[in-house]
Amino acid sequence: MTDNLQLNAEGKLKHFLTIEGLSKSLLTEILDTAESFAGMSEHQVKKVPLLRGKTIVNLFFENSTRTRTTFELAATRLSADVINMNIATSATSKGESLLDTIRNLEAMFVDMFVVRHALSGAAHFIAQQTAPHISVINAGDGQHAHPTQAMLDMFTIRQIKPDFSSLRVAIIGDILHSRVARSEIQALNTLGAAEVRVIAPKTLLPAHVESLGVTVSHNLTEGLKDIDVVMMLRLQKERMSSALLPSESEYFKCFGLTEEKLKIAKPDAIVMHPGPINRGVEIDSKVADGPQSVILKQVSNGIAVRMAVMAMAMQKQGAAQ
Amino acid sequence: MKRIRIDLGRIIDPANNIDRIGSVYIADGKIVSVTDEPVGFKPDTVIDAENQIVCPGFIDLSTRLRDMGHSRKATFKSEVLAAAAAGITTLCLQPDTVPVIDTPAVVELIKELAEKADYPQIYAVGGLTQKLDGAELSSMLSLKQAGCIAVGNANQPVKNLLILRRAMEYAASHDLLLMFRPNDFWLSNNGCAHEGAVATRYGLPSTPEAAETIALAQCLELAELTGCRVHFGQLSCKRSVIKIHQAKKYGLKVSADVAIHQLHLTENDMTPFDSAYHVLPPLRTEADKQYLRKGLAGSTLNSICSDHQPHDLDAKLGAFPETEPGMSSLETLLPLMLKLVTQHAITLEQGIACLSANPARVLRLNSGALTPGFSADVCIFDPEREWQVNSANWKSQGVNTPFWGQTLKGRVTHTLQAGKIIHRL
Repeated sequence: MTDNLQLNAEGKLKHFLTIEGLSKSLLTEILDTAESFAGMSEHQVKKVPLLRGKTIVNLFFENSTRTRTTFELAATRLSADVINMNIATSATSKGESLLDTIRNLEAMFVDMFVVRHALSGAAHFIAQQTAPHISVINAGDGQHAHPTQAMLDMFTIRQIKPDFSSLRVAIIGDILHSRVARSEIQALNTLGAAEVRVIAPKTLLPAHVESLGVTVSHNLTEGLKDIDVVMMLRLQKERMSSALLPSESEYFKCFGLTEEKLKIAKPDAIVMHPGPINRGVEIDSKVADGPQSVILKQVSNGIAVRMAVMAMAMQKQGAAQ
Repeated sequence: MKRIRIDLGRIIDPANNIDRIGSVYIADGKIVSVTDEPVGFKPDTVIDAENQIVCPGFIDLSTRLRDMGHSRKATFKSEVLAAAAAGITTLCLQPDTVPVIDTPAVVELIKELAEKADYPQIYAVGGLTQKLDGAELSSMLSLKQAGCIAVGNANQPVKNLLILRRAMEYAASHDLLLMFRPNDFWLSNNGCAHEGAVATRYGLPSTPEAAETIALAQCLELAELTGCRVHFGQLSCKRSVIKIHQAKKYGLKVSADVAIHQLHLTENDMTPFDSAYHVLPPLRTEADKQYLRKGLAGSTLNSICSDHQPHDLDAKLGAFPETEPGMSSLETLLPLMLKLVTQHAITLEQGIACLSANPARVLRLNSGALTPGFSADVCIFDPEREWQVNSANWKSQGVNTPFWGQTLKGRVTHTLQAGKIIHRL
């Protein structure tokens, strides 16, 4: 059902809710489309008219700066009209249900929702309930999925290391609460990575994590051996208060990425982080700002990848009508 | 009063070890005879039950009928029609109504609503603690005198084991049955799915089996310490069945039931984020399902309940974790029990006993059997008749069932409650 919901009758992208159920060729198509938009940002005129006359609503039930801004830039560069709605401080705080918020916006003839929500499944729910002409892009739902983040990371990896089949990727940190990690794992496995390894203490790993198609390590020094891509995850402060970890300093000691530990990975390994980073908690500043870091490249690539996903979802929708 | 004869049906009455074709004779609301015609019996009504099964009316150990503060979800009037259509003649109402069943006044109100709905056999389970707050004991003796058949705290936690111990001691002093759904509040961690591969894939907050088994183990220890009779409700996992088996072997007077959906559905059946599958305890693994079935076959679990929880549409519209748990499940109870029989998990006689004689024994009711002198609670069903779960056939106000649209086998044609025909197909 997940995959059916995302694709139209011709098997083209209609909603982008999760990586799960999407084929390698579709993911590759997203990356290739993003490639064609990637150079645009450096041009004098940064716009193409692909989505002229379309209205896109950024529907953020959870605060976010980076993701919302890159979605907004992506939509603007496709010439769409963009409305930013910060629901965290508006309708639902007045008691309006998620469905009512959606119905009201539908009544304003919008064409696409970009949704971020604190609960897993929120984007699926909206895609199921919304009018058939509207596309839904998941910008992060609870602990479930953040598919555009995964695709921009795949894009960044491909720029530097084009052959996925030879890659060993380590994802380090709070896998349990991370929608980014779930989407990265699915994308890497779909694109045929040689190994996806998760490195974390047991308190930050979900039950049966191996069932996601990963190998598991609880030790960063051992876990970094032979790794081509190091993906760090952000550690939320509240993990300490809910007894998942003793302290930030102990976490940094065990799982923080330092220059010294990075040497264990392959010499040409790249370091990634979905941001915002906690310097001195999961990553040392020298690594975050160092030569192997591609963190800012990830941010730039976010625009091209989000343009690609929006353009594909809207274009296929047009063709279907 | 009215005399009824039910003809030519296959009579299955597990408590009396009867399985044969014959007639059932009813007069003045009571069973008069099974098979043997009483001298001079002249029926006012004859029900033809040829090719059908005639058995004791079903007793459901865990039901929510909503109403009162939740009448937008369902009312006694709507749900007793569903119960009657399902062959259920006795219902146990969990205490988490609005207002909570923690005073005799609320018990009286429930009796009144039951009378008004023409379905008097609704038994209230009284709150174990006031407002189900888990902290202060309810007036259990008063509740018992008002008509409560047992006490329990529904899905609400009891604050600590000392309070649970005292509540159980107090209940035991008045020979009250404790109906207990084991669930450790902290370990359950607001989960809405089983802690396993599916919840991990969908990033859903999850609850491990240990939340159930630890609470179960604690309560079993207290059952021995306090001598309180305990019935464990809606068990969901293999390790719980093992624990109950060991406790019974050890000699504790405990019993346990399972909700019908746990015998058919697992975490793998969940359509992604479909709130119809949101239940508590959550749907667990295939191994758990198979072991629950074994538990029934081996009589470790002695009853099947509907765990009926009707909801309004809004309660199920939202992102999965924010939707309300529970299924509307009275009307699927019999067909799903029969499916266990066709899948050779249990025998038909066992299935009927799990819905009648056994729950009657748990509640110490003179019911659940076609014994002469017992209230004439009878269910007549056609085990071969197929029907679709759709709005034309559905009585409950809650349409929150994952079986919606499916064709099920087994349909109740007549239900008699105390000799009164309360349902006729």
